[in-house]
Amino acid sequence: MSTSGTRTIIELAGVRKTYATGAAAVEALRGIDVRIEEGEYVAIIGPSGSGKSTLMHILGCLDVPTEGTYELAGRDVSDLAEAELAHIRNREIGFVFQQFNLLPDMTALRNVALPLAYAGVYGAEREERARHALDRVGLSDRADHRPGELSGGQQQRVAVARALVTEPSMILADEPTGNLDSVSSADVLALFRELHDAGRTIVLITHENDVAAEADRVLTIRDGRITERAADDAATKAKVGTL
Amino acid sequence: MNWLETLRTAADAVRSHRMRSLLTMLGIVIGISSVVLTVGLGLGAQDKVRSQIDALGSNLLIVSPGSSTGTGGVRGGFGSAATLTLADANTLANSAVAPDVSRVAPTTSTSTSLTAGTTNWTSRIVGTTTNWQQVRARTLTAGRFFTANELADGADVTVLGADTASELFSRGNPVGQTITADGTTLTVIGVLAESGATSSSSSTSEDDLAVVPITTAQQLSGSTSNAVASVYVEAKSADLLSAAYQEVDAALLTSHDVSSASADFSIATQDALLATANSTNKTMTILLAGVAAISLLVGGIGVMNIMLVSVTERVREIGLRKALGATPSAIRRQFLIEASLLGIIGGLIGAAIGVVGALVLPSMINQPVSISGLAILAALGVSLGLGVGFGVYPASRAARLTPIDALRSD
Repeated sequence: MSTSGTRTIIELAGVRKTYATGAAAVEALRGIDVRIEEGEYVAIIGPSGSGKSTLMHILGCLDVPTEGTYELAGRDVSDLAEAELAHIRNREIGFVFQQFNLLPDMTALRNVALPLAYAGVYGAEREERARHALDRVGLSDRADHRPGELSGGQQQRVAVARALVTEPSMILADEPTGNLDSVSSADVLALFRELHDAGRTIVLITHENDVAAEADRVLTIRDGRITERAADDAATKAKVGTL
Repeated sequence: MNWLETLRTAADAVRSHRMRSLLTMLGIVIGISSVVLTVGLGLGAQDKVRSQIDALGSNLLIVSPGSSTGTGGVRGGFGSAATLTLADANTLANSAVAPDVSRVAPTTSTSTSLTAGTTNWTSRIVGTTTNWQQVRARTLTAGRFFTANELADGADVTVLGADTASELFSRGNPVGQTITADGTTLTVIGVLAESGATSSSSSTSEDDLAVVPITTAQQLSGSTSNAVASVYVEAKSADLLSAAYQEVDAALLTSHDVSSASADFSIATQDALLATANSTNKTMTILLAGVAAISLLVGGIGVMNIMLVSVTERVREIGLRKALGATPSAIRRQFLIEASLLGIIGGLIGAAIGVVGALVLPSMINQPVSISGLAILAALGVSLGLGVGFGVYPASRAARLTPIDALRSD
């Protein structure tokens, strides 16, 4: 994990996804080839209807491709059953959602510890690791607060701590700033940057250009196909801004 | 996630929706408490009947006028059937005829108004012989029973039941006082101890009666008939009861000169009386238990209903848990345990209400209610089973949700 860039985390080859809605078949992804190396900070940007959500579901092992292969951390996960996918999600992926998706009746600490419960980590070790993850996002003093007692930015940081707690291969963030004001957004994006600097692999899905610009590499998805460019190319950035 | 963890999650879910959980459990609470109560009432009624029949005495045969029906059931004697007489009682008392019979007590019974001073009380006058006290296993709290001489003379003496004595003589010792029955003055010579049988009906109460020599009873009613209402026959021991039964049957058939098919009398044992009384009770108990079982079923469907609502309401939570690594079986287990928890908590509350009801009810409806530990355990088992059984469908619905659909809904 510590030696960045030596391992391929994500390898999509010829991935297609077709939804059969009644008689008409909708092709959401039309042949996607993507490779993401360990330690990369990648943004996937696209307007709604571009296939962005479908790609996120496949990357997150929440769904499987109709065609093509998906290797996650060296393992082919294109054709696994739901129970196996659940284990992969638990071990390899840390989700951050737009809606935070914290359970309202649990304290921040128990929310963070939840993935460990499904990983079979119990007792003192679990508490220790959950506290450590909360510490990582700077919220150790809010461990016993419920989500309702935290601000939006704090809730999203708790969610990031939950994504970190199992030490996954990648963090998959789906519109993580979509429900936040600009200050909290900047706060959360700074946290991602910090995690990236510490060697984490981050895949951020968004429709906002300035959020995508935070990443080192931007993949644009449109009509189910990917076009790639470097985010720090000022000219491209300006061009994307006019879209 | 291990079982303990899942149990904690389920308990949290039940606790965080207190009102809904309570309403869900309501059906099971009502079902279980009514099962505990109806079984308790049924058993209580059986105990009561047993105590009444035991209080008759021990090793008893009860001979009544009138024919008996084929098997088991006893048809009451017809009003005019004066087929059982003092002569029959004397026959049965003859040890040559019925060697396994130890004592015989013929009785007559009439309802009469008794007066002591200015107090009136309607009671039962029981005419009998001196053996009655032993045959019926009665003791006296005061005075004495009447003697053979008093029986022979038709003396104007009486022994009062405990309730009768306290009604007529609220203060002071009744022994030595006099009461008036149908214009005849009787001297109270003794008071019976309470029989121990609980009875709400005065017509069968063993504590509300005035016992007189059978000769006196004949004078009181002005009748010269030797007919008796029943003859109590005591066997020498419990083992000889069936032998005594045969002897009594044969002796009476012979002396009445009838065949057993057209017998003009019937003989009942305490066991037979008990079986008859219990069969009526049992029907009632089964009926009530059936109603209670239906309410349990309705309660179980209620659990399923609310669990389905709960699954729909919590698709987001289910989706999140799945995204974080919950397998379908982990989700299924979570909802199954939640449903079982609702069932078992509902069962516990229901059992508690049933027990409280069993303690309170007897004083309100004058019916004994037994608390049966077995019934409570069975009821709890059933409520757990209901929770599991009716939780299966909602739980597998939750397990089948795909994480995408679950996360998408908002």
